[in-house]
Amino acid sequence: MIVAEQKPLEDLQRMLKGKKKVLAVGCGTCVSVCFAGGQKETRGLAAALQTAAAVDGEELEVHERTVQRQCVQEFIAPLEDDLEEYDAVLSLGCGVGVQTMAERFPKTRTLPGLDTNFMGQPTEPGVWEERCVGCGNCVLEYTGGLCPITRCPKQLMNGPCGGSEGGMCEVDTSIPCIWSKIWGNSENLNLMDMLMEVQPPKDWSTSRGGAMRRTVVRDDLHQPNADGRTTTTEVAAAKADAADGPEAEVEAPPADPNAGAREDAFLKELGLS
Amino acid sequence: MSAQPERKDDAASESQWKSGSNLERVLADGHFAVTGELGPPKSMNTDIVRKKIGQLKGFVDGANITDNQTGIVRLSSIGTGIILEQEGLEAIIQMTCRDRNRLAMQSDLMGANIHDIKNVLCLSGDHQSFGNHPGAKNVHDVDSMQLIRMVQEMRDLNKFQGGEEIKGGGPRMLIGTAASPFSSPVEMRPFRLAKKVAAGADFVQTQMIFDMKLFKEYMKRVVDMGLHEKIKILAGVGPLKSPPMARFLNSDVPGIIVPEECIQRIDDAGKGIDADDKEARTAAYRAEGIKLCIEQIQEIQEIEGVAGIHIMAILWEAAVEPIVRGAGLYPRPVPADTPTPTPGPAA
Repeated sequence: MIVAEQKPLEDLQRMLKGKKKVLAVGCGTCVSVCFAGGQKETRGLAAALQTAAAVDGEELEVHERTVQRQCVQEFIAPLEDDLEEYDAVLSLGCGVGVQTMAERFPKTRTLPGLDTNFMGQPTEPGVWEERCVGCGNCVLEYTGGLCPITRCPKQLMNGPCGGSEGGMCEVDTSIPCIWSKIWGNSENLNLMDMLMEVQPPKDWSTSRGGAMRRTVVRDDLHQPNADGRTTTTEVAAAKADAADGPEAEVEAPPADPNAGAREDAFLKELGLS
Repeated sequence: MSAQPERKDDAASESQWKSGSNLERVLADGHFAVTGELGPPKSMNTDIVRKKIGQLKGFVDGANITDNQTGIVRLSSIGTGIILEQEGLEAIIQMTCRDRNRLAMQSDLMGANIHDIKNVLCLSGDHQSFGNHPGAKNVHDVDSMQLIRMVQEMRDLNKFQGGEEIKGGGPRMLIGTAASPFSSPVEMRPFRLAKKVAAGADFVQTQMIFDMKLFKEYMKRVVDMGLHEKIKILAGVGPLKSPPMARFLNSDVPGIIVPEECIQRIDDAGKGIDADDKEARTAAYRAEGIKLCIEQIQEIQEIEGVAGIHIMAILWEAAVEPIVRGAGLYPRPVPADTPTPTPGPAA
């Protein structure tokens, strides 16, 4: 999941300075799970911003709405009707959510309410840890399922540096040296021979070194609409499935009628409902 | 893929030397090698560089020039190395993976080699969070293992990492690497060295060794694996300057273990000296630090598989001369003059 945290209140106050009416938009998916931008947090933040403005003697009205998935255009489409009355939108989605809003509503100023941190997992109550940097060229085959590209501060691919002490990383001594863990488990997985091979320089062209990455997962679903805009893969997939097969013609849907049910299923998967 | 490729270039392979560096010759002749360390200044003050050269020249076979060590910006390793070569002290440039991608590395290696720099130490690099630009973005396009392999293929296959031929031949450099025998996981460290051998390293300098018993155990495993026959192993040593410095190294630097008896020896050296006479205490600590270092070098010389020492006299280059003299390693050997392979188009 994508892990994010709220920006400090003073940063948000600075961002919203001079705005009279703002719509805070939460997101019911990842950032809800990590308690940064779900419905509760959005409500709380809206109240906090109004209170802070009142204390400063400023006039600020903050309304709030939470959509189920801010990174999918169809989920945010219903917001369009009311947007004109707001001076700005404060998105409590991840960076993808903010940009989906900004792209969908180019005449509305969308501001980021969160700092998006990483793709990760909850490791203990209240703690999330990074697990994937999305390098586009997965090495987990060679490393026993533990990612040194994400979890080693030097992204080493051939074993630990000298900064590993007591199995911990010198850059943050509360974090395990991932190469210590990889090596530590190598016997169980019979990985030693593979770990002794010199891994060649990584092909970073699939990572952040190139142009913005774009993936067509299923060509059969990739059908531009009449207006040239591509239907999101997700909605197209739902349509295709509903129409019983990928050959079916996909039309641009106004909104996904199954979104709620699928969202519930997704949250259930995460153990949250 | 771990075997070292044979050099293709017939003209260059006429020379028996990989790099022709002084260090390579000293090691090849079977002398017990001595390398030192020269940290460039945080400025362009070359007088500082020349002063340090004066303290090291004649007492070491080559001097490592650190590459923005601990993530602190300093005069460049290669720029400093050129001065060393001009002044007759052989340079071992350090190159970290933190600050350069593979393009810059290859470009700089060639640039260094045309200025007669013939040794390179391939390192991951200290993390930038320890330095004076903690917000910097690190590179780590290749890791130290891959850097070793890249330099080796540039030298022995005359090819860039991207596969293109280096017309006229690649940089001819002796390839060094570092090893930290006591960093965790300790039991895997000989394997890490074996991997560096497979990647193409010619020599290795270890982290500072004070615990002789542990080092002997490490070396026994290394020798049992036959690694000492494939790579020249230089044991890292350093003089302890004072009890706080010894304690700091022990507790704060990963991979360095300073046994209590070593700390105690330095501590004891100051006993009986008036607490107000700081100068005398400092001198006593330092003298004992040098004495201890000499004893450790002598002990290391007896360990099978060790080909030399690497003296890390941190901000104390003046200690190198008494250590080298005291250990009976002065004068340094002058290898017979053998034709040096020159970079650039073969004749």
